[in-house]
Amino acid sequence: MSCIEQMKYRLYLERTSFKDAREYIEKNSEEIYYVDPGYKIFKDYYIIGMPPVAMGVRGKEMLFTYVKPCHGTFVMGIDSEEEITRLRENEAKKIKKSLKGKEIGKVASNAAPMSFSDVYKN
Amino acid sequence: MSEGKSALLVMGCPEVPVQMSMVIYLSHKLSKSGWDVTVAGTDAAVKLLKAADPESYYVKKTVDLDEMIANIVEKKVDFDVCFAFMHSDAGMTYGATFSAISKARLFAVVFGKNAEALGESIDYPAEKIVAKATHNPNPLKNKIDKVIL
Repeated sequence: MSCIEQMKYRLYLERTSFKDAREYIEKNSEEIYYVDPGYKIFKDYYIIGMPPVAMGVRGKEMLFTYVKPCHGTFVMGIDSEEEITRLRENEAKKIKKSLKGKEIGKVASNAAPMSFSDVYKN
Repeated sequence: MSEGKSALLVMGCPEVPVQMSMVIYLSHKLSKSGWDVTVAGTDAAVKLLKAADPESYYVKKTVDLDEMIANIVEKKVDFDVCFAFMHSDAGMTYGATFSAISKARLFAVVFGKNAEALGESIDYPAEKIVAKATHNPNPLKNKIDKVIL
């Protein structure tokens, strides 16, 4: 049993499909972040899900999906500023990484433009 | 040549009878061909398995499903092939998770009343083994027998 079940949580959806749970989080959160399956939260829970796995922030509460093989998907909410900060930091890292990729593209686009003579050389 | 290769069989909710039968069958078949087989499942599924195979003749290694996911994510273990058994939306979700976290060649073994619809909805990298089987294991067994590793 994961430590989550011993925490103070709120249930917003029970025994639903993963798709419905994701939509609930997307519609009811102030901030939405997407993580990969296996993203670790709290001490020992690794998020189970079909990518993109949505996680939400609503005030001090983090909304996430919790999947149990025999019972389906649940949408849970737990107050945790620490986990929300980690989510935001994780997102910032992703943006930084994608910006780095764009900078490489920028360097390539800064190369000297081809002249007309080069175009008609052949 | 399968000597030294590892296989993971992932059990979903054990409510559909063919799953347990096919996990024991496939574990035995792979072990006989030299595969190192581990079976992961929920507490209930592992209990059912151990009751049916008390001396671990067919299944040598079992592990808790969530513990297995943690170990793969933390890169403590991985497998050459993974057979994920599924018959529900939750099972499909676990299959997608294994597809994302593991480097194993993934087989999605889909069974139960809604097998065809569930099989069609799989959009993550996996080879599909789909059979509308609940009580009679043979349609699923025949398809598993056709898998070439």
